[in-house]
Amino acid sequence: MAIAEPPIRVEDSPLNQVKTEDVQLDITFEQLKRLVSPRALTGETMLLNMGPQHPSTHGVLRLLLELDGETIVSCIPDIGYLHTGIEKTAEGKTYLKVIPLTDRTDYLAPMSNNLAYCGAVEKLVGIDVPIRAQYLRVILMELTRMNSHLVWLGTHALDIGAMSVFLYCMREREMILDIYEAVSGARMMSSYIRPGGLWRDVPSHFPQLVQRVLDVFPGRLLEYEKLLKENPLWKERTVGIGKISAQDAIAWGMTGPCLRGSGVNYDVRKAQPYSCYDHFEFSVPLGSAGDVYDRYRCRMEEFHQSLKIIRQAMAKLPPGPVMTDDRKVAPPPKHEIAYSMESLIHHFKLWTEGFKAPEGEVYFAVESGKGEYGVLLSGDGSPKPRRVHFRAPSFHNLQPLGEISKGALLADIVAIIGSIDIVLGDVDR
Amino acid sequence: MGANELTQALREALGDGIADVVVFRDEVTLNVPRERVIEVLTHLRDVQQFNMLTDETCVDYYPREPRFGILYQLYSIPRNIRVRVKVMLSEYDASLPTATGLYRNANWLEREIYDLFGIRFEGHPDLRRILLPPDWQGHPLRKEVPVTVEENAFTFNRERVDAEKPYATE
Amino acid sequence: MGLEQKLGDMGIVTTSLEKAVNWARSNAIWPMLFGLACCAIEMMSTQASRYDLSRFGMELMRASPRQSDLMIVAGRVSRKMAPVLRNLYDQMPDPKWVIAMGDCASCGGVFNNYAIVQGVDEIVPVDVYVAGCPPRPETLIDGIMKLQEKIKHEPLKKWQ
Repeated sequence: MAIAEPPIRVEDSPLNQVKTEDVQLDITFEQLKRLVSPRALTGETMLLNMGPQHPSTHGVLRLLLELDGETIVSCIPDIGYLHTGIEKTAEGKTYLKVIPLTDRTDYLAPMSNNLAYCGAVEKLVGIDVPIRAQYLRVILMELTRMNSHLVWLGTHALDIGAMSVFLYCMREREMILDIYEAVSGARMMSSYIRPGGLWRDVPSHFPQLVQRVLDVFPGRLLEYEKLLKENPLWKERTVGIGKISAQDAIAWGMTGPCLRGSGVNYDVRKAQPYSCYDHFEFSVPLGSAGDVYDRYRCRMEEFHQSLKIIRQAMAKLPPGPVMTDDRKVAPPPKHEIAYSMESLIHHFKLWTEGFKAPEGEVYFAVESGKGEYGVLLSGDGSPKPRRVHFRAPSFHNLQPLGEISKGALLADIVAIIGSIDIVLGDVDR
Repeated sequence: MGANELTQALREALGDGIADVVVFRDEVTLNVPRERVIEVLTHLRDVQQFNMLTDETCVDYYPREPRFGILYQLYSIPRNIRVRVKVMLSEYDASLPTATGLYRNANWLEREIYDLFGIRFEGHPDLRRILLPPDWQGHPLRKEVPVTVEENAFTFNRERVDAEKPYATE
Repeated sequence: MGLEQKLGDMGIVTTSLEKAVNWARSNAIWPMLFGLACCAIEMMSTQASRYDLSRFGMELMRASPRQSDLMIVAGRVSRKMAPVLRNLYDQMPDPKWVIAMGDCASCGGVFNNYAIVQGVDEIVPVDVYVAGCPPRPETLIDGIMKLQEKIKHEPLKKWQ
């Protein structure tokens, strides 16, 4: 029996009764009404708020969901609950002092952010980096990728209901954090990579720590795969969910495993190699379906590739300095400060005044765990940047969420958010 | 990486749509007048295969006039090259046509620029604040807004700063 | 005092009601599962394998404010988040405590700018401040144990 569509009378909707005169908003009510379908205004579909305080939104993401029963009609992400104003604060600091701020954008991959920013400064000022520093950067970048993927795997699995994976992942992550702590002194916010090289050389037990990771990880990865790869519950929740085609993924500017899960071969490490990535052999894993499962497969394969790169880099790690000898940006060594007055003054000037960068704009991108992390740096000839803009991969990957989740079930949205691997610090900056 | 061929081809196709080409540190920046920006972007996307809008942002060149520069950072996956398109806007007429029809991810990027710089994108489907609360006044990334909001507390002014600070009660 | 001396060791312990209640409260704090930024990741580490917060009787993280009595403000609070945070605090039933975890929550940290609330004590009353950016898990555990000490000495009349 066909039921006639009820006539939609927008004027009678309860939403229309809200008084908006007394609130000074930068948005009109008409604009808001256009976001949802007309059926929501008559109460035929249900509007549901999710977040910002919700355990599976990975932070403070807020979603406005329009539901027809359990099916999602439209999904409107509302971001900005972690807007930190990092780009504004960076304008008031010298080039060197911005590095700690970059740690705090994508806080699961601090080293990648350091490298993207320092790469941009090096490009703007024109600094060459010693080869040992470049190799160490590669090792740390790959460890960072694993760090980021471990948190992704743990929380993604936890959201879908596999709790033990989370505990295993956090256990393995501590090994990587130990390396961070050994090289930089901090567990998470390393600020270890500096324009011109690294803060200092790695400690003597660094090779043992990395070797431990290389020895332990392959077995542990096998463990995760045993838990998830062929698990019927896992496959039921992930295969065919949250599909996005290759064309759409490119048009939305998605990068990283989200783009490669759809079968597009784009990896900054291969396309525009930085920091000696062209010295190493590795492959870029690609998916085909572009669903949650393929993104999961891509990232799991990236673990193995990262281990492969680290193994090569450790074997070929050259000796030498880790900081450029260009004293315009590099501080004088500590032993020199002890007896040379000029070095002391130079050190003081470098830390208080900073070095000057020429006028102009540069863009430098690295492949972080989540995608292309770029820094657009605009210098104005002074020691402070005119503008630092972070091209955050999560921001671009999150944007098509409304489209990906259309027609999915309410429970699937948790799986989709987990699979695109957002970090709200990166989205909101 | 073929910067010259690219600019040559663009100049032939677009004429004075490209006002100026700047090459700085091997990066190509095309300066484009505001009226031609959509035409240039369409050409870059459809003919020159720049299929990905990597980034779009705004730089405040205060005290220069025109003051705002909108930067489109484009990338071509098949050709593996990057190009930047720059449009300068005056403070008194800070608006330009939207690129959402060409690149879908321009939607949030333009909302962010509107939110932080107050530049209006004509024809944008959903131009409202994205990062800041909807009742926010002003556009904080403009240069006239101070960087810091709170006075740093040292020994000599700690008590005064502390007294001025609002504290919550139950 | 008193009863034990008269009766000897009979397996009876006397105490004041206040002490008993505070002892119970302090050893079964239910924190809210509420993460904001970087510190939330360290909070996760604190509960996970190596550090294991459940050794101190607070493994039960509740996602709902109605079921929790400790809010760990883990990370920077933006101006947009501030009303939400206050709302969550108001929804928590008494007795309730707040830990400001990390520099950003305590005083704004490095982000002295337009977007960040300069210390969460502008919005909610804070019991314990934990320093660090982000604090190590040991530091957070220390902060929680400081809170337990504080709860043990609270007057019963405070929460009415």
